[in-house]
Amino acid sequence: MSPLQLCLVFSSLLFAVGLAGALARSNSILVLLGLELMLTAANLNFIAFWRFGPSASPATGVVFAIFAIAVAAAEAAVGLALIITVYRQQKNIRLPEANRLKG
Amino acid sequence: MNAVLATIALATIGTAVVAMSRRNLLHSVLLLTVCWAGVAAFYLWAGAEFVAFAQILVYVGAISMAVLFAVLLTRHSRDDVAAPPASRSRALYAILAGAAVAGVLIAAVARAPLAAAPAPAPTVTVRQLGDQLMGAHAASLLAVAVLLTVALIGAVVLAAIGPPEKPGDPP
Repeated sequence: MSPLQLCLVFSSLLFAVGLAGALARSNSILVLLGLELMLTAANLNFIAFWRFGPSASPATGVVFAIFAIAVAAAEAAVGLALIITVYRQQKNIRLPEANRLKG
Repeated sequence: MNAVLATIALATIGTAVVAMSRRNLLHSVLLLTVCWAGVAAFYLWAGAEFVAFAQILVYVGAISMAVLFAVLLTRHSRDDVAAPPASRSRALYAILAGAAVAGVLIAAVARAPLAAAPAPAPTVTVRQLGDQLMGAHAASLLAVAVLLTVALIGAVVLAAIGPPEKPGDPP
């Protein structure tokens, strides 16, 4: 198996772990962490293709990964603020209880 | 070369699996910090030093601290950081979904016509990176700056506003 395929298998497995965690747990912080794992797995792919694939410019993959990390940081900040807001409203951060908007 | 990559991958995925299955939230967050450090080690292995240090600064340094604060701010009592597991059937379905996605992705990767011979490693210096960010990607950089500013202001506003006061509550 070539190194590129090994990298892609690595990121696929990391994505699957994040997906299973986000689906299985009902604590909203753990769901957010599962989402972060999936984003990290996507970043791994950028770097893997930058390292082993043909590219027009040597900096493209790195620049893309940096932007993805910045967007992930923004997402984490807003997500954690939302979790704290939900906790203040109902003293609980379990997702099944956060159903006030349910019709 | 492949042995180093396999070691990094096994350590990273192992810590991620254990983190996602722990009952104690603090253990999960600390293990995920190790997992993100493993991803940074992968970036170093691939030769993307700048991304590796950005990963360490942003994930291992900042996001893990923010998540730790969120865990400690949202617990019920001093010792209660346990997240009770979801029902057994839900965990089973989640693991099935994860395994199905992993199977599809790995089958696609195994069949993809990827180049067998590794290309020479691209080298990119921080100077080149800065030129690219300020030159060709300046508009994207500005957009990300605006996004980060708006997200941080929004996070502060969301977290700073308390719950609405009900008329009957004592002040």
